[in-house]
Amino acid sequence: MRSSRSALLTLAVATALLASACSSSGGSGSGGGSVAGTTLTYWASDQGGSIAQDVKVLTPELDAFTKQTGIKVKLEVIGWNDLLNRILAAASSGQGPDLVNIGNTWSASLQATGAFLPISDDVMKQIDGTGRFLPGALAATGAPGQPPVGVPIYSMAYGLYYNKAMFQAAGITQPPTTWDEFIADGKKLTKGGQWGVSVEAAQTPENAHHAFTFSKQQGGSFYDSSGKPTFDTPQNVAGIKQYVDFMAADKIANPSDAEYSNGTEAVKDFATGKAAMLLWQSADATLAQYGMQPSQYGVAPVPFNAAAPSGASHVDSIVAGINLSIFANTKHKDAAIQFMKFMTSQQAQLDLNKQYSSLPSVSDAYGDPAFQTQTVKTLQSVLANSAAPMPAVATESQFETVIGAAVQNLFADAAAGKPVTDQSVAAQLDQAQQKLQAGG
Amino acid sequence: MRRAGLPYLLLLPAVLFELLVHVVPMLTGIYMSFKHLTEFFIRNWSAAPAAGIDNYRFALDFNGAIGRQLLQSFWTTCAFTVLTVGLSWLLGTGAAVLMQDPFRGRGLLRTYFLVPYALPAYTAAITWEFMFQRDTGLVNTLLVHDLHLFPTAPFWLIGGNSFWALLITAVWRTWPFAFLVVTAGLQNIPGDLYEAAALDGAGTWQRIRSITLPQLRSVNQVLVLVLFLWNFNDFNTPYTLFGNVPPPQANLISVQIYDTSFQNWNFGSGSAMSVLLLLFLLVVTAVYLLLTNRRGKADA
Repeated sequence: MRSSRSALLTLAVATALLASACSSSGGSGSGGGSVAGTTLTYWASDQGGSIAQDVKVLTPELDAFTKQTGIKVKLEVIGWNDLLNRILAAASSGQGPDLVNIGNTWSASLQATGAFLPISDDVMKQIDGTGRFLPGALAATGAPGQPPVGVPIYSMAYGLYYNKAMFQAAGITQPPTTWDEFIADGKKLTKGGQWGVSVEAAQTPENAHHAFTFSKQQGGSFYDSSGKPTFDTPQNVAGIKQYVDFMAADKIANPSDAEYSNGTEAVKDFATGKAAMLLWQSADATLAQYGMQPSQYGVAPVPFNAAAPSGASHVDSIVAGINLSIFANTKHKDAAIQFMKFMTSQQAQLDLNKQYSSLPSVSDAYGDPAFQTQTVKTLQSVLANSAAPMPAVATESQFETVIGAAVQNLFADAAAGKPVTDQSVAAQLDQAQQKLQAGG
Repeated sequence: MRRAGLPYLLLLPAVLFELLVHVVPMLTGIYMSFKHLTEFFIRNWSAAPAAGIDNYRFALDFNGAIGRQLLQSFWTTCAFTVLTVGLSWLLGTGAAVLMQDPFRGRGLLRTYFLVPYALPAYTAAITWEFMFQRDTGLVNTLLVHDLHLFPTAPFWLIGGNSFWALLITAVWRTWPFAFLVVTAGLQNIPGDLYEAAALDGAGTWQRIRSITLPQLRSVNQVLVLVLFLWNFNDFNTPYTLFGNVPPPQANLISVQIYDTSFQNWNFGSGSAMSVLLLLFLLVVTAVYLLLTNRRGKADA
């Protein structure tokens, strides 16, 4: 066993050496001159609900790019559970792709690593990007006052997805606009094998996004103005408790949701009629994959508290989205910039955002009829008026990790029938903050 | 001179590979454990500020969140390992002894028993993960819907039961190895010992106690140690079952170290924990070998 293990390791090392030799031999076309004939490596994130779906959507676009410029693109789609680790490994080894998609909330964290090429005014000009991007989306590309480390390509916002037939059967005529209405409706909709709302309660980023929004509505904040973490404030406790109480106190979410961790199970429950409501970002493409037609559901803004607590922000979504970044140690900088220009061009923005049911990140793409639907208008208005970017601090990705885990533990308590109290929430937040600070 | 040098020359590639594969990563890990190696420095490790013993202090400060969690996961790992090794050994030895005498279909059964060991860890653990799911899993279908043993479906992947789910999966994966090793050991016990015992009127149980177990001594000594080290370090099973945030009741130390390094981006602190784990396992191994060898000599 031991010998087979070291044989495997030897094999792995040999493969790695071989791979690095290959990739460096391919690194010719750097600096000016013709970039035709070079091959870019591009790590795309999983936007279509499955990796096969992403390959299907992206391949025709990449072919069009190759036809236009002569630059070939080697595509790899990476699932959300692996993406950050893969980027991290690429940054530490210097062996990585030329371009990568990142969740825009990681921007400030990854900016701090220095792994990505800063998008200077000059680069912005080269990609014809000056003045074209939505200001909200562009704000989520790095810490304020520093050049961004990527450009937004897909924009998203959270909405309340509701099942029209179930609402009608329960005699609900309007989607809820306050949390009191949401819970009352949820109770009416919870019966038989059906639940009011489904939550992806063991998924780190989902939990962190909701913790952020609910806390904002309570007037809370996870960082003070100097960037120091302030996790266990009464406002943050109230916000997180309000979210976990869907399962713990209001009993409108299935306790089984506490196991949901892969980022699709809550959507699937909503699509297959096991839950009547879903709080999600740009879910249409995934819902369609599970067989739910757009006519079967409606999309409304996420509710607010009826009486806003003092200091509350009018926030019902994070500025969600995907950025495209260039690795700082790419050997194909010019070709990579051309690819960035292509991906943010009006045509590619239209094609890709239509298929992914996300919103274009450039203003000139909104004239297309595909982006005039009720769903798009609702989410677009959320993004423009009531979405806030996640904290733009270097520890943002750790923040997501530790807060996501804290909320997950609270949901596990709720599922086991243990009470979720202000004290237990505060204790989890206190622990999360200690872990974060030990990292800094 | 040339003659004398040749063997060393021939050994050189092996030594270099040993250095490359085992020694260099280990030394790098120790070096990292004395650095504040966070995301700001992953592109250039050498620029990370020296941490002195800060990382070790954090890991061993049992009043802080990190130390407390590490200590808890240490005890969880100890309980998990002892139970896994004990159960796997018992099952493996029991099955091997039952298969000792030839009967029709013995070869087939032996092969069948080895299947869990032959399956890739990931495939096996993810199948268990599906079976343990609360609403759709096979385990609850059997226990709740068919046998009606519980009024409401229990959770297996979160909460207190997660420890038992982990244990079951690990024992399922580990016991075939114990079976394989003990089966091999049994081949070396001379048949005339059993014949003589049978003539003296020894029963089955007596033969197992007085012949089989003492004769398996040296095999068991290595087997238990290997099982202990594998399970104490096991990462695949908990990670595949629970993902990157395991329930506190089933938080094994390897996942804890992974979380510190790769989820919280604190490679210095993660390395310090790894070094502590390495030291602990070295001490346990040394003490174990010392004790078992001494007892072996005393018996002889």
